[in-house]
Amino acid sequence: MMTFLNFFISGISLGSIYAIIALGYTMVYGIAKMLNFAHGDVIMVGAYVCFYAVSRFKLPPLAGVALAMIVCTFMGIIIERMAYKPLRQAPSLAVLITAIGVSYFLQNTALLLWTSSPKVFPSIIGRGAFKLEFNNFLLQGQLSVSHVIVLTIVTCIIIMLCLTWFTGNTKMGKAMRACSEDKGAAQLMGINVNSTISMTFAIGSGLAAIAGVLLCSAYPTLMPTTGSLPGIKAFTAAVFGGIGSIPGALLGGLLLGVIEIFAKAYISSQLSDAVVFAVLIIVLLVKPAGLLGVQRPEKV
Amino acid sequence: MADNNLNKEAILKVEDINVYYGSIHAIKGISFEVYEREIVTLIGANGAGKSTTLNTISRLLNPRTGNIFFLGQNLAKVPPHKVVERGLAQVPEGRRVFLQMTTQENLEMGAYTQSANGAAELNKDLEMVFELFPRLKERRKQVAGTLSGGEQQMLAMGRALMSRPKLLMLDEPSMGLAPILVEQIFEIIENLHRNGATILLVEQNAQMALSIASRGYVLETGKIVTTGTGKELLASPAIKKAYLGG
Repeated sequence: MMTFLNFFISGISLGSIYAIIALGYTMVYGIAKMLNFAHGDVIMVGAYVCFYAVSRFKLPPLAGVALAMIVCTFMGIIIERMAYKPLRQAPSLAVLITAIGVSYFLQNTALLLWTSSPKVFPSIIGRGAFKLEFNNFLLQGQLSVSHVIVLTIVTCIIIMLCLTWFTGNTKMGKAMRACSEDKGAAQLMGINVNSTISMTFAIGSGLAAIAGVLLCSAYPTLMPTTGSLPGIKAFTAAVFGGIGSIPGALLGGLLLGVIEIFAKAYISSQLSDAVVFAVLIIVLLVKPAGLLGVQRPEKV
Repeated sequence: MADNNLNKEAILKVEDINVYYGSIHAIKGISFEVYEREIVTLIGANGAGKSTTLNTISRLLNPRTGNIFFLGQNLAKVPPHKVVERGLAQVPEGRRVFLQMTTQENLEMGAYTQSANGAAELNKDLEMVFELFPRLKERRKQVAGTLSGGEQQMLAMGRALMSRPKLLMLDEPSMGLAPILVEQIFEIIENLHRNGATILLVEQNAQMALSIASRGYVLETGKIVTTGTGKELLASPAIKKAYLGG
């Protein structure tokens, strides 16, 4: 029972990271109707910025995270402006291929700048753990939850609450929702669609920086390809939960994390990814829009 | 043309615009004006270019040549999202309300450019819309996707009014609505007109549109073929034959 609980908590923690990354995918998809496959690599850049800030320039960890967020936010805006904005009217396949191109561009730039040798990410959160003793008829023994895990889950919750508040209550947030439903109609309301899309990229990329730091705190090996697999999995999580939906990204991310950890623990660590994707396929067969995805009804 | 417009400055002046979709020449040199407190209607069959004309005025589409003047100013260099601020609101074809937002949120989006006025003014405008469309008040907290077609049309019109337009452009407000609702919508349009609104109305339902219009323009494959007062056009035998079914 104790091990089960431990696995479950690690799953939630990994899932929280996926969820934070998935938010970037889902928000950008919701508004720009494009899959930004470079999103995973923004995570990597964020992690590198934090790595150098903390271990080379001896900045305090929080300053490192803030710096990573600033760099990634601007990078997101620049990527959108230079790579995607000129393709606003282009077929979606062209945009998709461009996104893959941007992804390789970022990975190879990182390779040039920081070489392929893995860096050991500093333990900016600390390696400590909360230890909980249980002694009742249901639970026996000690539950150890590392600080990283707690911080990851708490961060994810805070981000979710902030985003929910932002999209539900602020003018900019509502404008984002309007744009994601109907850009033409949003424009007729006087909403600047271009700056709204920029804003979405900025938020998504800023969150990617946080995800990068959390990811590398949990799995402290940093390479130019660090972001790509989590990026793909978070994309899966976004589709799983229903791409375009913010609660869907959270649900998809958490489920994906838990399934992955359980598959690793109880089935096979080699097969875990296969299990994850098998579940995705089954969900999409039953519910093509994803768990919380919306199929928009046309009213005549 | 109505003589009392001769000495007035037009609110909207469309000057010889040509609009293309790729290589398709959709609008072929259209010119017309809308004066204060008029209902001007553009009628014509499907594909005549009515909606294209409205979308060009709203700057969602760019004319290849020609100019559009609104309140004396050329809109050519104005980005689409800045058009609303100047007092030009469009109720798009097919209503296009934000289905996943509540009625109230939809109306707030309509007032997007008016946020500098503060919450008190926003509430005043909301009350004005609710007075015009009491149904919307009942449905205030309801997600727009759950409204009926007629209610969505009312919401789309209310949303446009929230921007305090000087010219309201309506694109096929009767589309897809039951006859009784069509009458209701037209009553509301007349009502707005009586209260001083200037309206540019695009309709396929020529009979209805001409019966309330000060003036009308008849479009045929991207060109204006006839113009006159609403009464004149309603009575004209050629129009009767072509558009009014007999």
